[in-house]
Amino acid sequence: MLNPQQLHDQLSTLAKQEGINQWDLGAASGTDLSVQVDRGEPKQLKGAQRSAVTVRAWTSDGRVGITSSTDLSIEGLAQALKGAKEASVFGDLEEPPGLSCRSLEPLIPLERPRLALQPIQNLLKTLLDAERQLLDLHPAINTVPYNGLSERNGESVYINSLGSQRHHLSSSSACYLYARAEQDGRKPRSAGAVRLAYGSEQLDVQACIKEAAELTISHLDYSAIDTGYYNCVFSPEAFLDLIGAFSNIFNARSVLDGLSLSNRDSLGSTLAVPFLNLWDDPLHKSNLGASAFDGEGTPTAPLTLIEAGNLAHFLHSEGTARQFGVAPTGHAGMGSKVSVGPDWFVVAPTPGIAAGDAQLNRHKADGVVWIDSLSALHAGVKASQGSFSLPFDGWLVKNGERISIEAATVAGDIRKVLKTILALEGEPLVTPGGMCPYVWVEGLSITGET
Amino acid sequence: MSFLDSQWQGRLELLIAAGRAAGADLVEIFLERFDRLSVLAEQERVTSVNPSLGCGAGIRVFHGAADGYRDGFVSTTNLSDEGLMQALDQALGMLNLQRGISNGHSFAGLNPLSNYGSSKQNWLTQCPGVQTSADRLLEGTAKLEQHGKHLQARRGSYSRDWQEMLVAASDGTFSRDLRLHQTLGLSVLAADGEHRSSVARRFGSSDNPRDLIDWDADAAARDISASSATMLYADYIEAGSYPVVLANRFGGVIFHEACGHLLETTQVERGTTPFADKMGELIAHESVTAIDEGVSPQSFGSLAVDDEGFEPQRTTLIENGILKAFLSDRAGELRTGHARTGSGRRQGHSYAAASRMRNTFIAAGPHSPADLISSIDRGLYCKVMGGGSVGPTGQFNFSVEEGYLIENGALGKPVKGATLIGDAETVMPRISMCGNDLDLAAGFCGSVSGSIYVTVGQPHIKVDSITVGGR
Repeated sequence: MLNPQQLHDQLSTLAKQEGINQWDLGAASGTDLSVQVDRGEPKQLKGAQRSAVTVRAWTSDGRVGITSSTDLSIEGLAQALKGAKEASVFGDLEEPPGLSCRSLEPLIPLERPRLALQPIQNLLKTLLDAERQLLDLHPAINTVPYNGLSERNGESVYINSLGSQRHHLSSSSACYLYARAEQDGRKPRSAGAVRLAYGSEQLDVQACIKEAAELTISHLDYSAIDTGYYNCVFSPEAFLDLIGAFSNIFNARSVLDGLSLSNRDSLGSTLAVPFLNLWDDPLHKSNLGASAFDGEGTPTAPLTLIEAGNLAHFLHSEGTARQFGVAPTGHAGMGSKVSVGPDWFVVAPTPGIAAGDAQLNRHKADGVVWIDSLSALHAGVKASQGSFSLPFDGWLVKNGERISIEAATVAGDIRKVLKTILALEGEPLVTPGGMCPYVWVEGLSITGET
Repeated sequence: MSFLDSQWQGRLELLIAAGRAAGADLVEIFLERFDRLSVLAEQERVTSVNPSLGCGAGIRVFHGAADGYRDGFVSTTNLSDEGLMQALDQALGMLNLQRGISNGHSFAGLNPLSNYGSSKQNWLTQCPGVQTSADRLLEGTAKLEQHGKHLQARRGSYSRDWQEMLVAASDGTFSRDLRLHQTLGLSVLAADGEHRSSVARRFGSSDNPRDLIDWDADAAARDISASSATMLYADYIEAGSYPVVLANRFGGVIFHEACGHLLETTQVERGTTPFADKMGELIAHESVTAIDEGVSPQSFGSLAVDDEGFEPQRTTLIENGILKAFLSDRAGELRTGHARTGSGRRQGHSYAAASRMRNTFIAAGPHSPADLISSIDRGLYCKVMGGGSVGPTGQFNFSVEEGYLIENGALGKPVKGATLIGDAETVMPRISMCGNDLDLAAGFCGSVSGSIYVTVGQPHIKVDSITVGGR
């Protein structure tokens, strides 16, 4: 168990010996257990005890150096601090990070359960049962080649020379089942589902099995789609993935680096249709990975990004906030160059405005492409250009009937997508990465395999 | 200074003997120490210097020949006797084995240490320090400014990964190595009104402390600047089915992703490769011969010994279209019967080794690149490939970073936004021509045992028809 007070005392002493007046430290440790199975047999059982520490040290003229280590002992801390001091010689004087002015503020209390790890044999039994049930659900489902059940107990600490002492305890569990189905003379099809919880006993494994089976079966009778332009409806997960891939729009670090689609003057500009609201909600009760503080010790809190279609705020670290003359927002990592990123997006209609064409209903649509999941975002998204060309799993909806699409890509420009949203269908739904309703977009380019 | 060496023999033998006595068929212990450095330069400034140090162990236990050799794997950063024994106990417990309850399995001790690192002791100190690294990167970003136009952002990055590894196993394996991987990247974002282009190149080597010092920053900057200028005003490609010529070097990423992974015994074990029972059969066009090897000096995917203590080989995967071999690690040999090829690889101690590619390429053919282009009336030339992925059913997709239309047998205007999609079984027989200009490129491969260093490569190749996603 990490002890923030003890770490603070140890590092204070070591810093004094090294003549370092300003420093901070981020540390994490944890235990992981995971299992995989293969056709009724254990495939791999895995455990890990992890530890990591990152120390930053500032020179008297404000340059910062950093060193990371796996060694949390006093000797490891001393080595890391010494390394950070040596690296600080090369620190950036023009735009140096500092300690967050909000690192001493009280945190919003996070009341999340921290569940004990289960014996690995329990995880194994659960996953073997799940695999068997999934295989029994349809004769075409012959393997579940990608599966896993994992549990993790972890803790993280942030301390600094101002006296900040943050400590976060967490537990999490994940189950994923990706089935593969084959029919004579046809290409194999695959689909799957994921469930997250604070511990394996809370996982809704039955729902995961049901969803994996339904999705896989729904892709069996597939057809090629003609290349052309189609109105598309994105599932909540698919739309959140797309927004996440272009989150540089909201990222002050990217703005300063010239890598964002936004610039310093973009706040207030129209990004999307007026009925779209988007905010980052790190502390949302459904965000299982919530932390009350970021990598610089700044408290996390909800932040509106798009309000009634207009860009409302940027995500900030201490350094970017200083450059913009605002307060840090709690979205920083930890580094000599501090990264900035979102936590958990929520997409919802603007209050008081109709959420687009209320007649649109994906279950009654005709000639519409229903995009269930996007893949290869790392390769098919040009974040700094705004364009994307991505493979997807989904269906062509004809007269309300879903026909699985054999293989296809969807291409477009995120700036155009946000401005050509036709409707937000239904209430926002919870996904592992955020909340979002189904999102209708006008006329996207679809390429089918020929 | 050596940290992992023969002084560990006694401690490791105690652990392995304890695991064997508990009933394990095989016990393997992998130890590593690493010293990493990454440096980032942007425009005229060094904006990030990140050193990282660490060590750890991964203990793997196999048990049950009749059950297909189940295995338990536990990693830890605690290298004390107590920490390692705790990890062993946990790994044994995963297989319902318990230390202290003797099952009578003996252990004859470790072989004398095979030390592949003895001549490499000074590599870390021979690598450039932070100041030299920073200076070279700044030279790169300055060259970009000199050669480029409309540049909004210029970046240079360098990373050095030094690893000392020791692996011991109950079959007597006892090997040590020192490894050095360095990567160097340059990238630009160009913007002119609504037009934007982003171009990046990455270079990499293994076991060459002078790699960064000898780097030709000017040539790299000229190449990137030319590509950026070309792509800035390129139109989006019209979607459809095209004959395609893929350039050499990083064009090989498609073979790596679409076919190479399907020739790893990890995929055979999972039942996710269509090639599992096709040994000796024609699986590609007869013009295709493909090789995976770990022995080319200083190539990014080369290694003196794999992460399971086995020397790497040159493995012919496909010869004239016929499947000849799979890439196999220890578990692959135990479970599928395919002999080990020195392909047991892992990112680090927290991953169990798996059969993975090293330097993978399609062999050179008889044609000149011009022959390939001139054989096409209307098609696409993929000069620079981006990243991609392969789904669980073998379907792949790859983005084209720099593409040109082929019109009447000659290169035409540049096009952007192209994505190649297909599956290996369909596309491999359509590789109808191979050029005579084999060349390799460094890359990273992420899979079941983490992110590892690899080389991909090929000569120019022609694919008769492939689906191209666009607008």
